[in-house]
Formats: sequence, C-alpha cells, structure tokens
Amino acid sequence: MSLPEFLAAHKREVLTLSGEHLWLVGVSMLLAVAIGVPLGIALSRRPALRSLILGANNIMQTIPSLALFGLLLPVPWIGARADRLAILALTLYALLPVVRNTYTGIAGVDAPVREAAVAMGLTPRQLLWQVELPLASNVIVAGIRTATVITVGVATIAAAIGAGGLGEFIFRGLAMVDNNVILAGAIPAALMALCADFVLGAIQRSLVRRPLRIHH
Amino acid sequence: MNPTPAAAIEFVNVTYRINGNRTLISDLNLSIRRGETLMLLGRSGSGKTTTLKLINRLLAQSDGKVLVDGRSTTDWDVIRLRRHIGYAIQEAGLFPHYSVEKNVALVPRLERWEPARIAARVREVLQLVGLPYGEYSDRYPDQLSGGQRQRVGLARALAADPEILLMDEPFGALDPITRAELQHEFLELKRTLSKTIVFVTHDVAEALMLGDRIALMDNGKLKGVFAPAEFLRSPDDSVQPYVNAFRATRQILNSGA
Ligand SMILES: Nc1ncnc2c1ncn2[C@@H]1O[C@H](COP(=O)(O)OP(=O)(O)O)[C@@H](O)[C@H]1O
Ligand SMILES: [Mg+2]
Repeated sequence: MSLPEFLAAHKREVLTLSGEHLWLVGVSMLLAVAIGVPLGIALSRRPALRSLILGANNIMQTIPSLALFGLLLPVPWIGARADRLAILALTLYALLPVVRNTYTGIAGVDAPVREAAVAMGLTPRQLLWQVELPLASNVIVAGIRTATVITVGVATIAAAIGAGGLGEFIFRGLAMVDNNVILAGAIPAALMALCADFVLGAIQRSLVRRPLRIHH
Repeated sequence: MNPTPAAAIEFVNVTYRINGNRTLISDLNLSIRRGETLMLLGRSGSGKTTTLKLINRLLAQSDGKVLVDGRSTTDWDVIRLRRHIGYAIQEAGLFPHYSVEKNVALVPRLERWEPARIAARVREVLQLVGLPYGEYSDRYPDQLSGGQRQRVGLARALAADPEILLMDEPFGALDPITRAELQHEFLELKRTLSKTIVFVTHDVAEALMLGDRIALMDNGKLKGVFAPAEFLRSPDDSVQPYVNAFRATRQILNSGA
C-alpha cells in the first residue's frame, strides 16, 4: 500500500489524531504564554530572579521528553490522565523560549526611551503597557513561534504515554516497521509546524510597524 | 493660603550617594528662581545629570531636601511632580512606535485632556519648535533627522505647558550648524514662554549664550553661581579654565577674521 492509499484509507483517524495533536499543542501553548509572559515581565523587574528562573528552565529543557513524561507520572491530579500529563510536560518545554524572549524584549527597550517615559510621569503600569510590551512584542512573538514549533514536534512523544496525537502513527509505524504509517504521523505534524511558523512569523513581522533603528 | 515661594526649585544641603559610600553630589545648596534659565555647567562626570534627576525624582537624594514650588519632592506625588516638569534629553528618548503627533500628545493624554484640546495643543507646540504640523505629525522618529528629533523631544516636554523644564545637553549630539540653529530658537522660546529652565551643558559658550545664570559644578560640588558677565570676570580658580578656553576659541576666531 502506498502512502496516499494509506492516508485515504485512514482519513478519519488522521483527522482525529491531528485534532488531538492540535489540542495538546494549543492548550500547552496557551498555558505557556499565560505563565511565561508574566514570568518574563517579573524577571525584567527583579534581575535577582533571572539566573534562578532561566536556570531552572534550562535544566527542564535538558531532561529528555520521554523522561519528563515519566517523572511527572506520580504528580497527583496530573498523573491521573495522560493528556493532562502531556499538556503539563509540553507547557514546561514551551516555557523557556517564552520567558526568555519576554525578558530579552523588555530589557532591549532603549534606556533613553524608558528614562523619558518615567520622567514624563508614566506610572509603572503605563510604562509596561504603553512602552515596554509594544516595543518588545515582536521579540515575544518570536519566542512564542519557536516554542510552538518545538511543541508540535515534542507532542508526538505524548503518544508514548497514551495521550494520543499524531505520535500514535509514528509509534505504531515503528512497531510495525512500516514507513508509510510513520509518515502518516510525521507529515501532518511537519505541516502543522510549518503552518504555525508561517502564521506566527507573519504576526511577528506585522508587529514591527516601523523598521526600528539599530542603536549604537 | 501659602504665598508663592520665590524659588521654583531649591536644593537644601543635598547629598547623593550610591551604595551608601561613593558621593556623587555633596552638600548642594542652590536656589533656582522662578522664570530664570539656569545653566548647570561642568565637565562630564561632575554631577550635572545627577543634579537634574534629583529635581524630578528620577533619583532620590541621600540627605537634605529638594523643594519644587516650595514643597519637598518627597511630599509630592511622584507622578504629579513629573507631569508638572518637562524633561528633554540628548538622545530625545522619543517612543519609536509612536508617530510625532502621538509622542507630543503623550502627557496631555495621560492627563486626560479633551481630544480636541490635545489636537490643538500638539499643533501649537509643534509650530513653536519649528515643525509644521502637516508635514511632520504622521512621521515616526526614525524618519526624522537628529535636529528634528530634538525639536519633537522639546515639543513633547512643553506639551502640557509645565512651569519647569529640565534639559540635559539637548543639543549635545547635533552638528554645529543645527546646534546653532536650535540655540537661537531656544533663546526665542525662552523669551516667549518665561518658564523656569534648568539646562545642563558642558559647553561654556552655550552656557554664556543661553543662561540667565550659570551654576558651575565640579566633582559633585557647586563652585558658584554667576551671571554670564560675572562669570567672565570671575577670578575664581574653578572658573578660570572655562573662561580661558572660551577666550582662546574667540582669539583664534578673531585672528582668523
Ligand atoms: N548609576 C551610577 N552608578 C555609578 N556611578 C554613577 C552612576 N551614575 C553616575 N555615576 C557617576 O557619577 C558621576 C556624575 O555623573 P553625572 O551626574 O552623569 O555627570 P555629568 O552629567 O556631569 O556628566 C560620574 O562620575 C559618573 O560616573
Ligand atoms: Mg550628563
């Protein structure tokens, strides 16, 4: 059976698994952004926390994903269901690029711009929302973009713990030593990653409303 | 009712230390009169910027008091204090993501002025700094020359009509011709607006030309306050190098002519 034939025969399953995959990635990314952006802002306010949080995050990234899924198994509510476990692990992976880019973006705002803003009487909240976040937004989106692409890939491993997604095909294909089955999982996942990359890339570029000057 | 204090800004025994040990400003006493332009003159590193930042509380003194309109800056609501004081710096510090119009409208918008009043004021103040509204309002900072950015920075500082204006080497990064142009316009402006202006410079000629009085700083200490004519005549040791440098330049210019 050729790959197109296999895909045609398993259309429903391909769609279901793609849907699951999208769900795992979508929820994880929402959580990663909801946690990561505020964390990045906090880091820009308290440089003392920087090495601690970025360090912890770095270590997280070095744990092989399969091991991380296993390590999280005993966590009470989380370990009870495979998809919760997968989402938590994926969120932890996605966190570093989001936190780091939020922090870098804010730290990259020109000192005279920030100083003028404070001197003009902006409150800390106004400084954040009107100056720092808008100027950091394209760097933050770049972090979200990287994290999303990574997450689409890592999410295939979620199938190993029974959380579903396109990894099902990959693991099944590996067990059956059938390349078509592997590709039936790998190709939609790659397309998903390319789409996410393209869309977020377009958003990122639209945020650089003005070609910002590189300051000496 | 409180009588309006004669001094717009007053430093009383002000010391500023960092990390509790290094003293950047020591025992500063200085009274800045309402409506005057006071030049803070000194070499780089003498503490001029630090002194300026103590006025709008970008920095907080370690000892002593800074009074603005007779009230200690520690008693002011810091946001109110800063919106009451215009601030223009050498790099201009314009918001790169805001158009000229939006940059200038910043403080009036924060102060919740009526949109029509803001629009009229932006027009007026851009005109004041020599930038026709129609041509410049929609531009972004990176579409302006250095001199134009400075003008916008000045317009932004003036927008909410603050009584006090702080300027930190605002013309320092400009080419000599643009600088001379802006200096002349500044003289005009200060006549028409009669604000209290504290102007930081390391350039004697600029201090002599633009200031009503010159406060000379050296190594974190105030060496004296002089009217321009007094400054040129002063036998003071710390004034001499400046006067000599100024004379030397003039001599070269004269002998060349
Ligand atoms: N945040 C800081 N930390 C350490 N030293 C500083 C800091 N800010 C200024 N200084 C030092 O304080 C002195 C006065 O600085 P400043 O007020 O900027 O001088 P000026 O504006 O006259 O050039 C300089 O020696 C400068 O190096
Ligand atoms: Mg300075």
